[in-house]
Amino acid sequence: MTPMKRIGNAVGPETLPLAVFLVVVAVAFSLATPLFLTGRNLSSMAFQLPELGLLTLAMMVPILSGGLNLAVIYTANISGLALAWTLIAFGGPEAGVGAFVLGSVLALAVGAAAGLVMGLVVAYIGAHPILVSLAMMIFLRGLGEFLTHGGDISGFPPFMNVIGHGDLFGVPVPLIIFAVAALVWHIMLRRTRHGFAVFMIGSNIRASEYSGLPTKRTLTLIYTISGLICAVAGILMASRFNSVRVGHGEALLLVTVLACFLGGVDPFGGFGRVLPVVLALMILQMLSSGLNLIGANQHLSTAVWGLFLIGVMALRWFENEIRQRKWRR
Amino acid sequence: MTDASAPPLALRLRNLSKTFSGVHALEHVDFEVRAGEVHCLAGENGCGKSTLIKVVTGVHAPDPGAEIEIFGARQSAITPTHARAMGIAVIWQDLALFPHMSVAENIAFDTMVGARPRLVRRRRDRKAAAAVLDRLGERLDLDAPLNTLPIAQRQIVAIARALMGEARLVFMDEPTASLTQSETDGLLAVVRTLSEQGVAVVFVSHRLAEVLDIAERVTVLRDGKLVGVFPTEGMTQARLGELMTGSLLSHEVMAHDRSGEPAVLEVEGLSLAGKVEDVSLTVRRGEVVGLTGLIGAGRTELAHAIIGMMRPDRGTVRLDGKAIAPKNIREAIHAGIAYVSEDRLSLGLIQPQSIEDNTVIAVLDKILDAVGLISPTRKRAMVSEWISELAVKIGHPSDPVSSLSGGNQQRVVLAKWLATEPRLLILDSPTVGVDVGARAGIFRTVRRLAEAGLAILMISDEVTEVVMNADRVLHMAGGRIVGEYDPRTTDVATMEERVYA
Repeated sequence: MTPMKRIGNAVGPETLPLAVFLVVVAVAFSLATPLFLTGRNLSSMAFQLPELGLLTLAMMVPILSGGLNLAVIYTANISGLALAWTLIAFGGPEAGVGAFVLGSVLALAVGAAAGLVMGLVVAYIGAHPILVSLAMMIFLRGLGEFLTHGGDISGFPPFMNVIGHGDLFGVPVPLIIFAVAALVWHIMLRRTRHGFAVFMIGSNIRASEYSGLPTKRTLTLIYTISGLICAVAGILMASRFNSVRVGHGEALLLVTVLACFLGGVDPFGGFGRVLPVVLALMILQMLSSGLNLIGANQHLSTAVWGLFLIGVMALRWFENEIRQRKWRR
Repeated sequence: MTDASAPPLALRLRNLSKTFSGVHALEHVDFEVRAGEVHCLAGENGCGKSTLIKVVTGVHAPDPGAEIEIFGARQSAITPTHARAMGIAVIWQDLALFPHMSVAENIAFDTMVGARPRLVRRRRDRKAAAAVLDRLGERLDLDAPLNTLPIAQRQIVAIARALMGEARLVFMDEPTASLTQSETDGLLAVVRTLSEQGVAVVFVSHRLAEVLDIAERVTVLRDGKLVGVFPTEGMTQARLGELMTGSLLSHEVMAHDRSGEPAVLEVEGLSLAGKVEDVSLTVRRGEVVGLTGLIGAGRTELAHAIIGMMRPDRGTVRLDGKAIAPKNIREAIHAGIAYVSEDRLSLGLIQPQSIEDNTVIAVLDKILDAVGLISPTRKRAMVSEWISELAVKIGHPSDPVSSLSGGNQQRVVLAKWLATEPRLLILDSPTVGVDVGARAGIFRTVRRLAEAGLAILMISDEVTEVVMNADRVLHMAGGRIVGEYDPRTTDVATMEERVYA
């Protein structure tokens, strides 16, 4: 195996075209506006990306296993709510670090519990993940709106600013959290038995069962972990906005799916890698920030995202055609 | 009435070659089919059978220099539409039917599409479909959705659809690969009916017994070249196998007496409501026990009860003298049982995934590093060890398993299970869809594993196969074991009569 091929194998065939795309988009916006390549814009992108990024990681593994988790946003909201109430109970702005830690643990527990319930239903009752997570999404939304009367919970201690807006040696803390999560996801998918089972189950769950993989346990774990990372996103969102509102980030739900597909995750499950998904997220963020900077309407950037996905699908189709033509004898 | 001594030719190919980017798929092949004849096209996977069919049906254009005559008319260029208009039909292995449409709609599909005015005339189509089925002597519910029918009946629907287009020359690509013995007999009867009605049938099959049974002549191809045309009268399976593979295949009974060896698997009084009745059997160290019987006899269910896929109602299973009751396959693997499923395509392997991942899937525990992560180095070592051990022909270990031929896929399945270092190997129909040469390879491997001390329970509905390759043969019917045979003293023909009766 040549070194080039080895690198290609390690990062996957999706990575190179996306990296090229990333550079093209960056160069195009840099030429279009002097504001793009400024520290301020880069840092603003670095603060915005992690939220969507964490939620995309939550969406990615269920898709790899041949499912979907439509409840990611509301799981994050409800988890954020668990944190918010804990903080309020300990004095709101006066709450100490201990209250924050307790609140975060509760938030993670709530997120994991929501995921666990979905996982158990998917694994043991055999219901389709779309239906199960749709039901969970509606349940969590209703519950959240009922508990908050549709309003904001705000007034958190100032030190939470560090998580939402701080940086460490110039690197935004949210970005560090996302980078660590992405690395953990990469290792989980490429190197653990659980990750191995995720891909196999995504391709053929019955054959996986026949091969001795613990399919039910794996499915349960997939959704539990998905709920857990949603909770992390929820904590981050609470820190960034200094408030929690059920429904916050609602528009991101389909963007997480978009990011997965852009990143080459097979919509039918079984194939996908973390690195290209991260690149896809960066491209989406650049498109939205860049269009904003050149004064385009915000709705236009949503439209461009859609066009972008169509463009990428067309490119992949071409690439596939060329490869097939080469193989066809 | 045509003169019987010189029936007209349905198809005549002379000097047919087809090159794909420098590779000869077919080289100077001559091929003839008489009208109303059942002609078999035999050869191993990749010998050019499919290419030949595709040239005749206009999918591929032949290389210059070929002569093609269809029903006496010289053809210069064939298109698929043209081929159909001349009465040529192909029934591919995957049938190309519409699963959600009714039987009648499937049969009449081509008339529905081509009709002018563009209206669907249900009553007329139904009647026509009924007439065609009648001609085949088959009774099917015309309104049943196709996906509710068993494969054998879908096969009939595909044949009926071809006849709707007034086919006079029908190619059948491995029509019996997924059929049971009795379904196969039914299909062969239909083929005979077609032939009596003057339709020429070109039959492609891996099952040599049925080739010799149904065809009048057989054309053998090897590596794209014509080996010869032979009458099936007086031909034996062994000779045909040799012609196809170009090498001598062993056809001796291999049985050994292993009664002195310690028992590895002991099943006593095993029952599974409605499926398995009071089954007791023993498989000893180094012994290959064949389990044969018709589909539905309870063979697969028995295997499933042993490996914990189904919970037996009564009875005990002992492995190396220790009672086991696995609750799922994981526990069975852990106890030392490997089960190679009957359905290799959908259950034995995860087709889209890589060869390496399919190889290590059951032994992830053995390739972990110090911190419990999957070690790429150990994975690679394990994969290359088994690939060379079983001589699997692959491109790269990261290629999808679906890119391999049937025989090589079977070897990957074996590798995957042997990697678990089992005490007992259960092989469920290991040669379904595998060509002659590769079959011989599989049985050599089975024999070698047995010599190394593995206990093997081999399930098959081909009596010849178990008699040739097992040390003892058990006959299962109606959920019970109804007979035990010693291959050294049993005649295959008598046994076949008993099993297929």
